[in-house]
Amino acid sequence: MALTYEAIATVTVAGATAATIEFTSIPNTYTDLLLLCSFRNDRNATEDAVKMSLNGSTSNFSTRSLSGSGSAAASDTNLVTAFGGMSVSATATASTFSNNMVYIPNYTSSNAKSYSVEAMCETNGSTAYMYVIAGLWNPSPQAAITSISFAPNLGTNFVQYSTATLYGIKNTV
Amino acid sequence: MTMPTKLVVDCSTGVTTEVELTAEEIAQREADAAAFATAEAERVARAEALATLKASAKAKLVAGEPLTAEEADTLVI
Repeated sequence: MALTYEAIATVTVAGATAATIEFTSIPNTYTDLLLLCSFRNDRNATEDAVKMSLNGSTSNFSTRSLSGSGSAAASDTNLVTAFGGMSVSATATASTFSNNMVYIPNYTSSNAKSYSVEAMCETNGSTAYMYVIAGLWNPSPQAAITSISFAPNLGTNFVQYSTATLYGIKNTV
Repeated sequence: MTMPTKLVVDCSTGVTTEVELTAEEIAQREADAAAFATAEAERVARAEALATLKASAKAKLVAGEPLTAEEADTLVI
């Protein structure tokens, strides 16, 4: 990891389940934010989308996404409210988890916040969903991002060993 | 009934706590899920309608029959 990257916090679902994973009191001392997340949830399916709340809100988001399943490709607008990634779900191969990278530049600005997501549900199966998401959060009034949370879109809980790490990124060392 | 919980990490202290979701948060989750279900049903219906039009257009082309405007729209960019 580059010297300009600093791990701010990590949260892991330890012994039970969690409906939401949330980072609060995010310091405003960085230029950008990066989240690396590994999710599995309890939806009765092979995969599920993940919603991302910013400052407690899932409103005023717009997204464009490109996806592949292993057999088909698609593009969508606003496929999921506050689309923030993907999670492997209960019927996928046991002990597999998704990989997500969420990048949020200029998170303290007083303008709309753009973000990008690369999400992959590698399940060691014939179907493996992957998404590239371009998102915009445009609330009124605008505000610096101080909290970020993730929750399953249709599932109820993230399961044990799901984890998320928040990195702060500076434009100089 | 067990209330769903969330893991909250305070980045200023590094302390992680487990707290129950509020009624408002649960209501928001349910509203988001309902909105997604509606949008997904509409998306699937549009995809199925497009597939039907394409199949009809292909069959008419093979048979040398005239296409409707909607069927032609599926073939011409």
